[in-house]
Amino acid sequence: MSSTDMDTGPVLAADGTPLKKSLARALRRQKMRALMLIAPLLLFILITFLIPIGQMLLRSVDNEIVSATIPRTVQALEDWEFVEGGAPPGEAVFEQLYEDMLIATEQKIHTRLGSRLNYEMSGMSSLFRKTNERRLGRFDLEEPLAPQFADIDEDWLDPEVWFTIQSNSDTVTAGYFLAAVDLQRTPDGIESVPDFSAIYVKLFVRTIILSVTITFTCLILGYPIAWLLSNLPAKSANLLLILVLLPFWTSLLVRTSAWKVLLQQQGVINDILVWIGLVADDNRLALINNATGTVIAMTHILLPFMILPLYSVMKTIPPSYVRAAKSLGATDWTAFWRVYFPQSVPGIGAGAILVFILAIGYYITPELVGGTDGTFISNRIYYHISSSLNWGLAAALATILLALVMVLYWIYDRMVGIDNVKLG
Amino acid sequence: MTDCAVAHMNERDKRGRYLSDMTANDGFVTFDRVQKSYDGENLVVKDLNLSIGKGEFLTMLGPSGSGKTTCLMMLAGFESATHGEIKLDGVSINNIPPHKRGIGMVFQNYALFPHMTVAENLAFPLEVRKMGKDEREAKVKRALDMVQMGAFGGRRPAQLSGGQQQRIALARALVFDAELVLMDEPLGALDKQLREHMQFEIKHLHEQLGITVVYVTHDQGEALTMSDRVAVFNDGRIQQLAPPEDLYERPENSFVAQFIGENNTLGGRIEKIEGDVAEVRLHSGELISAFPVNVTQPGEETTISIRPERVEIDHTRLPADAHLIDAEVLEWIYMGDIFRTRLRVAGNDQFVIKSRNSGDQRKLKPGEKIKIGWAPMDARALDAS
Ligand SMILES: Nc1ncnc2c1ncn2[C@@H]1O[C@H](COP(=O)(O)OP(=O)(O)O)[C@@H](O)[C@H]1O
Ligand SMILES: [Mg+2]
Repeated sequence: MSSTDMDTGPVLAADGTPLKKSLARALRRQKMRALMLIAPLLLFILITFLIPIGQMLLRSVDNEIVSATIPRTVQALEDWEFVEGGAPPGEAVFEQLYEDMLIATEQKIHTRLGSRLNYEMSGMSSLFRKTNERRLGRFDLEEPLAPQFADIDEDWLDPEVWFTIQSNSDTVTAGYFLAAVDLQRTPDGIESVPDFSAIYVKLFVRTIILSVTITFTCLILGYPIAWLLSNLPAKSANLLLILVLLPFWTSLLVRTSAWKVLLQQQGVINDILVWIGLVADDNRLALINNATGTVIAMTHILLPFMILPLYSVMKTIPPSYVRAAKSLGATDWTAFWRVYFPQSVPGIGAGAILVFILAIGYYITPELVGGTDGTFISNRIYYHISSSLNWGLAAALATILLALVMVLYWIYDRMVGIDNVKLG
Repeated sequence: MTDCAVAHMNERDKRGRYLSDMTANDGFVTFDRVQKSYDGENLVVKDLNLSIGKGEFLTMLGPSGSGKTTCLMMLAGFESATHGEIKLDGVSINNIPPHKRGIGMVFQNYALFPHMTVAENLAFPLEVRKMGKDEREAKVKRALDMVQMGAFGGRRPAQLSGGQQQRIALARALVFDAELVLMDEPLGALDKQLREHMQFEIKHLHEQLGITVVYVTHDQGEALTMSDRVAVFNDGRIQQLAPPEDLYERPENSFVAQFIGENNTLGGRIEKIEGDVAEVRLHSGELISAFPVNVTQPGEETTISIRPERVEIDHTRLPADAHLIDAEVLEWIYMGDIFRTRLRVAGNDQFVIKSRNSGDQRKLKPGEKIKIGWAPMDARALDAS
């Protein structure tokens, strides 16, 4: 053994710098080069994906509108305290409200504030709409202002209105998130919303249950196909693979509409079932416009996403494993279950994650075939984005959905191990 | 040739020379007129007749694509015979599924289950046989010790070297006391040194356990060192079935002569055949005598096959009836224990002779004209192909 081997100090490179340092320097250039190569894509993703989504998600807590539209009122309201059946705020607050509303009505932003507060308490929208430039212009500034506001609308003297304004005067709010899980803030604290308007929790649960169901049906239908594909000679396998991919070539809408034709009560499937006598004519199955329709149509649409990862994993399992198992005395089933199946688990993992994540965020198909009890939380998000324009609530729902997926992903990682997932 | 194996045995009986008790034909495994086609057009195995004795180590040797694996797979039950019957211990197994045949098998890539530990791999055949836990563990331990892998039971196959995986695969094929073990190029993935070492270990295990082994390889050296008998395959047929020394010393057709060991060939035509001597007119004009193997008719084209080490430069070592022939030295290579000389003989300039380094030989120079010779019995007149 040479004396340098005994040296406990840092190993030196030829030029005398510590080896670690010169290695790091050499690697840094490699890393920089790799970074340069991915920079365009990184930038693209950042600008078109991460930043918009980040902003969208921030809307779920953003509440600047109240303190920006009526800043003086909000400040004056700080000392006021809500008491059940108590008094509205004093004259000072109404003076500030008058000032704020003069500016707001001039800029025509008072209705926006009304819409925003209406999410928290119904009636707020019309209250602010009524309090317009014309009415404010007729105010007599010598007289107390509170009764004049009450002339416009009695609600201005309702302490609950003021509670709503006060409790939303922070620039961030938990209100959207509360609403997204069917809770509301009342003067008595946080409470569930009344049963008839509680929909979101139910929708979340339904979305998850249906997505899991779809993932399972995809797995059950896709596994044998993938197995067949991976065991056929290359030529027939390619043909079959094209058939598997065929659905991708037709428009999603066309396929979904085709399902409507097939599944409706007077549709092809029911007709056949009646014809062969499996169901009575007056007792046709409801296969569409409900959860069943969603599961059937979505399974069809997402099946390729299960088959492809399964296929690519199964193709790498050498046939000699199953042969070995059989030569060792295992029946076909034992050989499959003890030897083949465990090795296809990475494919199942990849396919299941893919299908589940796609399913949980799908909205077109549930919208078209889901009826009322087959729609997903994403349909609700879509509604709030495009129809009700309650983007804050949409953002809160989307954030919760994202968090749910992350949690499920984490659980999956714990149970199966994410490095057990193989896409090819 | 319809029935190589039987034809060969008859011939040996006739000469009464090469009978060994290994060939005692109690037929533990028999292939009876077995044919196999995958596509309905080509026969991959053509009329295979083979009888393997209990406790025998039989090797199927042949170039890639000659149908060895197919034969093994039919025996193991993973391929069905298109025609003919395969019997194990006198019972036809054509319709018995693989898992009921009780045949141990070692695959080329070992096929160790990657998601199980070594011990679990070995316990697998015992578990599916519903063996109790204690007995199972004892057997696994015994099998691991047998291949000197006792300390590795808890490892995954991926944590083992190629040679170690090979041992485990061997142990797994033996752990359930199979009487017949099939091995398909089991050493193909190992480097030369390890391969040679494992050859001896497998051979020892075979002797120690008294199992019957059917071994497939394309490596003639491996076949010769390990086997009791070797079946040389080509083109879906057994070309010769014989103990290793017969195969080398007495190839029965030119394919076997070419395939096993180094071999010099000279083309010619039979002039006449008298008993054990054939007069052959070489294409270059010389008349030599040779031992007729599978030629019968005067006028037939033939290939004379002569092993390089049977050719002598030193005429004093030759028998009196030896034939001398002109040769021109083309290349002379010193190889330590032997000299290897390449010559032009009767128009063939790939004629090689090997002479022992006995200390008194002189170095031959390229261009030198010499006379070489061989005993007529060592020149074997084979078919012309
Ligand atoms: N599963 C199969 N399907 C079709 N042809 C095959 C199959 N397996 C082997 N063959 C063909 O049969 C011939 C013999 O193959 P094989 O038995 O594997 O030979 P070897 O093991 O001697 O190399 C080859 O020509 C090969 O292409
Ligand atoms: Mg082979």
